[in-house]
Amino acid sequence: MTFSDMMNIGLMQGFAGLSLFSVLLLMGLGLAIIFGQMGVINMAHGEFMTIGAYTIFAISHLTESFAPNLMAAYFPFAIAVAFLVAFLVGWGVEWAFIRHLYKRPLDTLLATWGLSLGMQQIFRSTFGPKEVSPTLPDWLMGSWSPAEGLDIPLNGLFVMALSVVVTCGVLIALYKSRWGLRVRATVANRTMANATGINTKRTDRLTFAIGCGIAGVAGAAFTTIGSTGPTSGSLYIVDAFLVVTFGGAASLLGTVVSAFGIAQTQSITEFFMSGSNAKVLTLSAIVVILMLRPQGLFASKVRR
Amino acid sequence: MSRDHVPTPKSQQRRRLLQGAAALSMSGVAGLALAQQFPTAKVNTTKLAVTDTEVVVGQLHSATGTMAISETGSIQAEQLAIDQINAMGGVLGRKIRVIKEDGASDWPTFAEKSKKLLVNDRVAAVFGCWTSASRKAVLPIFEKENGMLYYPTFYEGLEQSKNVIYTGQEATQQILWGLDWASKEKKAKTYFLVGSDYIWPRTSMKIGRKHIENVLKTKVVGEEYYPLGHTNFNSLINKIKVAKPDVIFAAVVGGSNVAFYKQLKAAGVTADKQFLLTISVTEDEVLGIGGENMAGFYSSMKYFQSLDNPNNKKFVEAFRAKYGKDAVIGDVTQAGYLGPWLWKAAVEKAGSFDVDKIAAASAGIELKTAPEGYVKVHENHHLWSKTRIGQAQKDGQFKVVAESPELIQPDPFPKGYQ
Repeated sequence: MTFSDMMNIGLMQGFAGLSLFSVLLLMGLGLAIIFGQMGVINMAHGEFMTIGAYTIFAISHLTESFAPNLMAAYFPFAIAVAFLVAFLVGWGVEWAFIRHLYKRPLDTLLATWGLSLGMQQIFRSTFGPKEVSPTLPDWLMGSWSPAEGLDIPLNGLFVMALSVVVTCGVLIALYKSRWGLRVRATVANRTMANATGINTKRTDRLTFAIGCGIAGVAGAAFTTIGSTGPTSGSLYIVDAFLVVTFGGAASLLGTVVSAFGIAQTQSITEFFMSGSNAKVLTLSAIVVILMLRPQGLFASKVRR
Repeated sequence: MSRDHVPTPKSQQRRRLLQGAAALSMSGVAGLALAQQFPTAKVNTTKLAVTDTEVVVGQLHSATGTMAISETGSIQAEQLAIDQINAMGGVLGRKIRVIKEDGASDWPTFAEKSKKLLVNDRVAAVFGCWTSASRKAVLPIFEKENGMLYYPTFYEGLEQSKNVIYTGQEATQQILWGLDWASKEKKAKTYFLVGSDYIWPRTSMKIGRKHIENVLKTKVVGEEYYPLGHTNFNSLINKIKVAKPDVIFAAVVGGSNVAFYKQLKAAGVTADKQFLLTISVTEDEVLGIGGENMAGFYSSMKYFQSLDNPNNKKFVEAFRAKYGKDAVIGDVTQAGYLGPWLWKAAVEKAGSFDVDKIAAASAGIELKTAPEGYVKVHENHHLWSKTRIGQAQKDGQFKVVAESPELIQPDPFPKGYQ
C-alpha cells in the first residue's frame, strides 16, 4: 500500500464520518424541536421520516410514468413535498392527539407508540410489505472521483449539503423569526408567554408540525442511502433519541455537537474493529458520559 | 338500491341454486370416487382434521411485522400451489382447506400458533416459518405433537427432524458450489466475508471460510458482521478498499441489504471493478435495493425467476395471473411453492394422511414439475437440488450464468466444516 493509497483511504474515511454525522444530524433535528423544545416524547418520529421516504417513492413513481423527461429534476421538488406532507400529518396528529396529552408525558409515550404501530400498518396496507426504492436521478448516483482511487459518494455529499441547509434554516428560524421568539418564550415560561399574548396552543401546533416536516425531509434524504419499508422508521428512532438526549435535550447546538461526536466515534472505531464491537464501544462511551453529565453535553440555562 | 328494483323471483333463485349444486357435484364426482377408495377411517388413524371431502392444513407465516417483507412471497406461493392442487381434485379426493395463522414476526407467537394449529385444529400439515429463529421456536412443538412442517427458506443447516421437510437449501448446497465457481471464474486468491450479525450469516460464513481456506487453499482477508438494521456501511467499504479482495462474499439481510448495495455503488465499488457473490439477495430483495445498484453482482441460489424451462414458464405465468403482472418470484417463494406439492406426493405415496407414514414415505419422492427443474427428497428430509449463479440485471431480474451439472446432495451436518 502506497502513501497516496493511505491518503485516499484517510480522506474517504474522514468523509464517511462526516456523512454519518449529517445523517444523524438530520435524524435528530426534527426530534430536537419536538422533544427538546416541547418536551414531547414522540415515538412516532421514525414514521414521520418514513412518510417523507414514501412521498419520494410515490413522486418518483409518478414522474417515471407520466413525465420521464423530468426525472433529473424531480428530487428537490419531491423533498419540498415530503416536508409538506409530513408537516400536514404532524399538524393533524397534534390536533387529534398530542394537545390533549401535554401534561401527561408518559401517556404521550404510549399514545405515540401506538400511533407509530398504526402508521406502520397503514404504510404496509398502502405500499405493501416489501421494501421499495425510488428511482434516483443520475446525478445522485455513483461517486465523484477527483483523483485515482479516491471516490466520494455523491449521495453522501447531497445529504451533507441538505443537512447544512436544514440546520441553518432551523437555527435562523428559531433565533431570528417571530415564530422562533414565540417558541423560545413558550419553552422558557409557558404561563408568562400566555400572559403576554402569545397563543401558546397555536405555537405548539406549528412547532410540532415543523418538527414532523423536518423528519419528512430527513426520511426523503435517506432514500438515497438506505431502505424504505413500512418499518424503516424503527431503525432510525433509537439513533434520533440518542443524538438528542446526548446533546442535551433543549439545546440545538448540543444536537449538532452530539451528532458529530457520535458519528466520528462510530466511524473511526468501525474502521479499526468489527461493526458490532464498534457499536458497543460507542454506546458504552455515551452511557458513561451521560452518567457523569445526566443533562447531556449542553444543558440550557433555564431556571426550573 | 333504486326504488324501482324488482326482486328476483323465488323460482329463478332456486333454479340458480340447483344449477350451482349440479356443477358442484359434477366436479366432485371424480374426487368422491377417489375418496371412497381411501376411506377416512383408513387414511386418518390419528384424529387429524380429515373428513370424506376435506383435509385441513395450516399456514404459519408473518403477515405482519418486520418479516412480512420476506414472508409474503411464501404465503402467496403456497396458496397458489394449494389452489392448483384443489383444481386438480385435491389430495386423495379431498379438497384442501387452509387455516392461516399470523406469526407476526414474533417467535413466541409462532410457537403459540403452531400449538393451536396442531392441538386445536388438528391440521394434517403446516406450511410455514421463514427465519431460523421462528423454526427453532416451533420445532419442539412439532416434535411433541407429531406435526409435519414444510419449511421453505435456505438456512444454516445443523438440523434434521422427522417432523420437518426442508424445501430450501441448507448452507453447503448454497455456498460450496458457488465459491468453487467464483474461484474458477475469477481465479480468486482473496475473499472478504460480510454478514449481518446473527446465526445464519455467521454459520454460513464459518462454512465459507473453511472451504476457502482448507479446500480452495486461498485466503480470507476480512470477516465482518454488522447488527441487523445497520444502515451505515461507509467505514466497512473503506476497509474493503484497503483489503482489496478478489471476491466479496456477502450475506447481509433486511434493510441493511439495501443500504449496503446503495453505498457500495455510491463509493464507486461497482461490478466492473469488484467481483461480489452474495447468498442473501433474490429478486424480492432487488426490489428494495434497486436493480441499478445491484447490476453485475452475482447471487448463488437454486432458483431464479428467469430460469428457462417449461415448468417455470407455467409457474411464473400462474403466479402473475394471480398476484399481478409485476409480481416477482425469489428463491424462497419457489421453495414455498414446492411444499404443498411434496406433501401431496407423500400423502399419495403413503396412501395416508398420518404424519408418521408421510415422514417415512417422504424420502425418495421426486417432483418433476418443480419450477426449479427436478427435485428429490433425501433421507435427511432436505432436497437434492442444483445450485445456480445469477448475475443481477438493471431490471431487477437475474441472468443465470452458471449451473451445477449435477443435483447437489443435501448435507446438513457437513464434516470438516464445523
